[in-house]
Amino acid sequence: METSIYAVVAFYGLAATILGAATMVVFMRNIVHSVLFLAITFIAMAGLFLSLDADFIAAVQVLVYAGAVCIMIVLGIMVIQRTDMNETNLFNKQIMAGAGLTALTVAFGAIFAGRTAWVELVAADAVPANTVDAIGALLLSKYVIPFEVAALLLLVALVGAIVLARDEEVQANADN
Amino acid sequence: MTPFDFSIPINPSALTLEMLVAALGLGILILGIISPKGARSGLGWVSFLGLMGIIGVAITMWGQSGELLAGMYLLDNYALFWKITFMVAAALVILGNMRYVDKVGNQAEYYSLTIFATLGMMVMASAGDLMTLYLGLELMTIAFVILVCLRKTDNKSVEAGMKYILLAGMSSAVLLYGLSLLYGLTGSVIMLDISRIIAMQPVSPALVLALVMIIAGLGFKISAVPFHMWSPDVYEGAPTPVTSFLSMGSKAASFAIILRLFITALPGVWENWAMVIAILAGITIIIGNLVAMPQTNIKRLLAYSSIAQAGYIMVGMVTASEAGIKGVMFYAFLYVFATAGAFTVAAYFYNVTGSDELKDYAGLSQRSPLMAAVMLVALLSMAGIPPLAGFVGKFYLFKTIVDGYLWLVFIGLIMSMVSVYYYLRVALVMYRDEPKDPSPINVSGPVTVTLILTMLVTLIIGIYPGPLSEVVNSAAHSFFLH
Repeated sequence: METSIYAVVAFYGLAATILGAATMVVFMRNIVHSVLFLAITFIAMAGLFLSLDADFIAAVQVLVYAGAVCIMIVLGIMVIQRTDMNETNLFNKQIMAGAGLTALTVAFGAIFAGRTAWVELVAADAVPANTVDAIGALLLSKYVIPFEVAALLLLVALVGAIVLARDEEVQANADN
Repeated sequence: MTPFDFSIPINPSALTLEMLVAALGLGILILGIISPKGARSGLGWVSFLGLMGIIGVAITMWGQSGELLAGMYLLDNYALFWKITFMVAAALVILGNMRYVDKVGNQAEYYSLTIFATLGMMVMASAGDLMTLYLGLELMTIAFVILVCLRKTDNKSVEAGMKYILLAGMSSAVLLYGLSLLYGLTGSVIMLDISRIIAMQPVSPALVLALVMIIAGLGFKISAVPFHMWSPDVYEGAPTPVTSFLSMGSKAASFAIILRLFITALPGVWENWAMVIAILAGITIIIGNLVAMPQTNIKRLLAYSSIAQAGYIMVGMVTASEAGIKGVMFYAFLYVFATAGAFTVAAYFYNVTGSDELKDYAGLSQRSPLMAAVMLVALLSMAGIPPLAGFVGKFYLFKTIVDGYLWLVFIGLIMSMVSVYYYLRVALVMYRDEPKDPSPINVSGPVTVTLILTMLVTLIIGIYPGPLSEVVNSAAHSFFLH
C-alpha cells in the first residue's frame, strides 16, 4: 500500500499531540486542566481513527469520550467538595520510582517493537464507504456474543453504580 | 464485505447455559424490585435452585463439541467442566451464606451480581477469541468490584473495592496491550487462527513483549507473585462470601482462560513461556506459604494460602500437556470445595461472633464440632495431606513436571510441608485451646448442608478419585480437538 507523505505527517503530528497531552494530564496540578488535556488526547485519537478510514469510530470517540466522559468527570469534580482547586491532582512520594519504571517500560517496549520485523497485514476487503452498516452487521453476526456480553456488562455496571451510590437512609424510608 | 452478511450460522441452542444463567440473573434483579423487603431473603433460595437446575442441564450437555461463529466460541467438555465448576462454586457460596447476606442487605443485587459474575466466568471458559475472552473477564471483574464493596458502611470493604478496581483496571490495561500486540502481529483475534499464523512466523521480539504483558495481566487475576499485592487486602475487606467466591471462582476462571490462551493460541512459542511460568509458580508457592505463616486473621491467612494454591495450580501449565490440563482442572474442582468449606465456616463464625481473628477460634471444637471438623478437613486438604483430595490433586499436578523440572517438584514438596505448620496452627487453636466463651454455636440448616457436602466431597475424592479423574480426562482430551 502506498503511503502518502501527508498521511505520515498527520500520523506523527497526531501521535505527538496524543503523547504530549497525555503527559500533561498526569502533570497538571489542577484536575480540571487535566480533564481538558484529556479531551485533547481523545480528539487526537479520533484523528488517528480518521486517518485509518474509520469515520464512525472517530465520531464515537469524539461524542462519547471527548464529549460525555470528560463532561462527566468535570461534573463529578463539581459536586465533590474540595479546598483548593490548584491542589487537586497531586503526586505522592513515589515519583522517582514511578518515573524509573515508566522509563524502563517505554524503553523495553521501544526496543522490542523496534527489533520486530512487522509484517504488513493487508485487509482482504477495502474499507467500505459506509462503515456503519458493516459494523452493525458484524456486531449482530460474527461478534454477537461479545456484543451481548458487553450489554450485560453495562447493566451490571449500572446496577452497581446505583447500589453503591444509593443513600441508605433514603432506601430505608422508601421500603417502609 | 456485503453490508448484511449473516452467512455465519448461529446455533442458539449451543448457548443454552449462558442464556439460562443470564435469564436467572435478570430474573433475580426483577424479583428483588417487585418483592416486599421481608421476602427478599427468599431470593437466595431462588438463585440456588435456579443454579442447581442449570447445572442439571449442563450435565445433560456433556460431550458436546464444536465451534460457533468460525471459532469465536468454543464448545467442548473442557469448557463445560469449567462452567459446571463455576456454577457449583456459586451455588455453594449462595447456599452457605444466606444469613450473612441478609445482614448485609441488598440481597437482590448481591445474588444477581454473583450470578452475572458466574456468567462472565462461563463466557471466559468458552471464549475462542480475544474479545469474548476480555469481555467475559470484565463482566466477572466489574461484578466482583461491586460485590467487594457491597458492605459500604464498612471502611475496610470500601477500601478493598477501591484497591480492587484500580489494580484490576491496571492489570486489564496491561493484558489488553499484550492482546493488541498479538492482534497486530497476526491480524486475527481468533485463537485458532493466531496459533496457525504464529507457527508460520519466526518468534519476534514483539511477540515476547506480548507474552510478558499477557502473563503480567493474567498474573494479577490469579494473584501470582509478584502480582499478588492486592489480594490479601481485598480478601480481608470484602464480605466473606465474596472473598470465598473471589478466591475460587475468579481464580478458576482465570486459569481456564490462561490455559486456553497459552495452549490453544500460543503453543508455537511454548519454550519461550514455559520457564517463565515455572519460575513464577515456584516463587508463588514459596512466598505465599512463607507469608501465610505469621498471619493472625483467618481471612488473611486463607488469602495467602490461596496465593500458594495458585502457585501449585500453575505447575500444571508448565508442560502444556493433556496431563497438565487434567491436573489443573482436577485441582481447581476440589479447591472449590475446600475453599467453600473453610470460608463458610469463617463467614458463619463472623456472623455469630463478629470476629475474623484466629485467637477467637479458640475451642471451636467444643462450641461447634461440625465447624471445627470442616475447617480442619478443608485446611488439611489444601496442605495436601493424604487421604484428602488435595493430596491426589497435588500428585496429578506435580507428576507432570517430574521430568525436566525436578527443582519445582522439590519446592512444591518442601513448601507443602511448611504449609502444614500454619494450617495445623489453626487446628491447634480450634482443638487444644479452651474457649473464652463456651456457648455452643448453632449452625443453621443450609449451612450444615454446605459444610457436610464440602467435607464429604473432599474426603470422597481423596479416597476414591477415579470417577472425577475420568471426567477430567475426557475434558482435558477435548481441549485439543479443535
